[in-house]
Amino acid sequence: MARAETLALAEAALRPEPETKGQLRFLTCGSVDDGKSTLIGRLLYDTKRLFDDQIESLKSDSSRYGTTGGEIDFALLVDGLVAEREQGITIDVAYRYFATEQRRFIVADTPGHEQYTRNMATGASDADLAVLLVDARHGILTQTRRHAYIVSLLGIRHVVLAINKIDLVGFDEGRFNEIREAFAEFADAFDFRSLVAIPIAARDGDNVIARSERTPWYSGPSLLEHLETVDVTEDAASGDLRFPVQWVNRPDANFRGYAGTLAAGTVKPGDDIVVARNGAVAKVARIVTQDGDLPSAEAGAAVTITLDRELDASRGDIFSSPDARPEVTDQFSAHLIWMSSNELLPGRPYLLKSGTRTVGAAVSELKHRVDIASFKPLAAKTLTLNDIGLCNLSLSEPIAFDVYDVNRTTGSFILIDRFTNETVAAGMIRFGLRRASNIHWQALDVNKGSRARALGQKPVILWFTGLSGAGKSTIANLVEKKLHLLGRHTYLLDGDNVRHGLNRDLGFTDADRVENIRRVAETAKLFIDAGLVVLVSFISPFRSERDMARELVGEGEFLEVFVETPLSVVEERDPKGLYRKARAGEIKNFTGIDSPYEAPLNPDIRLDTTTESPEALADRIVAKLREGGYLGWDAGLP
Amino acid sequence: MSVASLPHLARLEAEAIFIMREVVATFERPVMMYSIGKDSSVMLHLALKAFYPAPPPFPFLHVDTTWKFKEMIRFRDETAKKFGLDLRVHTNEDGRARGVNPFDQGSSLYTQIMKTDALKQALTAGRYDAAFGGARRDEEKSRAKERVFSFRSATHGWDPKNQRPELWSLFNTRVKPGESIRVFPISNWTELDIWQYIAAEKIDIVPLYFADDRKVVSRSGQWIMVDDERMRLLPDEKPETRRVRFRTLGCYPLTAAVESDATTLPEIVAEMFSATTSERQGRLIDHDESGSMELKKREGYF
Repeated sequence: MARAETLALAEAALRPEPETKGQLRFLTCGSVDDGKSTLIGRLLYDTKRLFDDQIESLKSDSSRYGTTGGEIDFALLVDGLVAEREQGITIDVAYRYFATEQRRFIVADTPGHEQYTRNMATGASDADLAVLLVDARHGILTQTRRHAYIVSLLGIRHVVLAINKIDLVGFDEGRFNEIREAFAEFADAFDFRSLVAIPIAARDGDNVIARSERTPWYSGPSLLEHLETVDVTEDAASGDLRFPVQWVNRPDANFRGYAGTLAAGTVKPGDDIVVARNGAVAKVARIVTQDGDLPSAEAGAAVTITLDRELDASRGDIFSSPDARPEVTDQFSAHLIWMSSNELLPGRPYLLKSGTRTVGAAVSELKHRVDIASFKPLAAKTLTLNDIGLCNLSLSEPIAFDVYDVNRTTGSFILIDRFTNETVAAGMIRFGLRRASNIHWQALDVNKGSRARALGQKPVILWFTGLSGAGKSTIANLVEKKLHLLGRHTYLLDGDNVRHGLNRDLGFTDADRVENIRRVAETAKLFIDAGLVVLVSFISPFRSERDMARELVGEGEFLEVFVETPLSVVEERDPKGLYRKARAGEIKNFTGIDSPYEAPLNPDIRLDTTTESPEALADRIVAKLREGGYLGWDAGLP
Repeated sequence: MSVASLPHLARLEAEAIFIMREVVATFERPVMMYSIGKDSSVMLHLALKAFYPAPPPFPFLHVDTTWKFKEMIRFRDETAKKFGLDLRVHTNEDGRARGVNPFDQGSSLYTQIMKTDALKQALTAGRYDAAFGGARRDEEKSRAKERVFSFRSATHGWDPKNQRPELWSLFNTRVKPGESIRVFPISNWTELDIWQYIAAEKIDIVPLYFADDRKVVSRSGQWIMVDDERMRLLPDEKPETRRVRFRTLGCYPLTAAVESDATTLPEIVAEMFSATTSERQGRLIDHDESGSMELKKREGYF
């Protein structure tokens, strides 16, 4: 190309026409070996996004790792990790960039293997369009159905069905139609706005950039032509205003701005806004940017808004128009994609991040798991890695949200494990459960404080945890007797006894253990409300459930008592012969044998039953309660 | 012309600003890596926008290997003064005392000591829990796989096989004491996006990016600039004056120049269009072996 010509092109590139079609974000998906990476490599190569040195290194990689018998293996362009090249598969999402005169493209190349479904969902979450590949020889596979389902679940409305390796079926039109129809049959339910099937041969480039002469029977666009022209605009700007407050900007006493990115709608100075959480209202004063105040801002813009008055709003709040507010609830129904190798435990507290807000959350009910081969609901007690399920979630406080189909930003969330900080699930809100808005707390005249005063004591939970046979119940019984003699009001909740009644319906799986503890913790909380000293004697093997119990009640109302008896000792004592049975395999999921026990990290009281008698240990607990002022004014008397 | 009329740049700009604000809202001690290059200039510009009218609420960290181009250091100090930045410069003093240099130790060991180790020292000493970097996914294959919020262990290691899923714009920002996150707000930008943005926003960059007469020697087919008297010449090497510029900036003995007449942004982009080698080709350290960037990153390199 002549220098003057290139320069003109460069000047044009630096001043692109404002009406260009902007950017298209898409993902490639489909089963392993359907040719996703090869297709992207081909797109990059043919749109001249590769430089000589990259082609050189690609050639040397091809002879080292390649699967194309010495020819350039385009897949190696995108499989960037050493492990991927060695194994010849894609493990993680890779992002690639190319441009034509019409449009900019960001491609997420996602893994085809079933065990990396979570990474495929990651690539799909912010895509405008999905290119779903099918190997013409194999047709629709389970993984094709799975990916079509995930694409639909994540709200992608535009799909290209790229029927690849059409050369290997002799460019057969019949085979192409057969696959296209088979796909349309089940994809009908998915509400795709555009669905285009294209016969391609990614390795040779047929119908990738230009239409191929080898498929004369196909009259549609090439893949690139379609990607350049498909209209995916969602017109988010015309929706109802949603402005999640991300950060409050207070450089000095005179300026208080709310920084955030509009998730939907349009805002301009003078507009009325309401804080969804508390109903506080104000008018927008200015839309501040470094480039000067704006007359208006639309969905997608990152701006700073100032208001005409001070109000109670901070990170996590959502501003909306007073006549089109988001829902506010602490319970909703949502689809979850489980992304952790640790299974979902209903009832276990996780952190939920939605928009800019993070709250505590637990799955209160798992409605069903989806069989993504048949799309049918299946009964389930838990979700494991890559499972998708419909759940009810219960939050520690209400949040403002929209359903996912209306707004991907205000309708999506992730769940985070509170201890490992791992992202364990991605969620899409389907509908709010109105119970939260209809059941209001009754303000009671007689409360915890007045009941405790009448009893002359300070309510507290003594939570005894430890292995079966450690001596929890023995010591708890002694403590209760001693307190009773002191005229204190107590109640003892014992693991075995509760399982005969309240928790009769629960077994010993991890999920049931979590629910067991949740019910007991809630019961103990009611007794605290009644002003009692509550003794809870439960193995309670998991740290997170004990912490959940602690968080249910107020500061100073929970003392964790670790009855620390080593496994070797309890196994030798074995008062009920349970360890012998567990070792023999007659009891499953027995704590310490084939189910874990997570010892407390910082118990309030630590008891060693190998050096002191139960009597002495019980006295220590009573002394501790006395020191803490739990036993009231007369408890010092004999 | 502003980015407002360029839909794809406006989208990339808003995305970067969102990411920067998310870090400031959720981390205790963020820091922005400042490498003086064009990507750093863009990052600084975005940070000034994101928090306006407040100044960027974090310090800027430059890891100075003592082998940067003189013009880079001058530009760094002028920029810090112009915007009133809290600039912190760190050098591996142990490496400096031992006289570690790219010639005796070779590029690999030198980079490990004066860049990677120095960076880890600075991050540990500053107790930073989040560090912004200007890496882009289109630069290199292993970067194409990295998250925007990229988790680092307490020893600053990266585990590419065990990255946190990153959906929508819901970034998991939680770390335990000692752990940190590297944050890449311009992950989705390409080299052309960077140039378009610099042109549209009139952002200052180090003059080394533009062609000028500079003293260079030819070494293994590449032009290396003789920036000061410490440059060791081989017996048959003779410095000569050539009209050159740099597509990427690093330590001068390890950064190759290209012959060029490009003195304006359109001329630079025109060169880019007709270029047949990728941007990182000018960085000698990437070529040690295929997969070398992934190895360096796992050890803590940015």
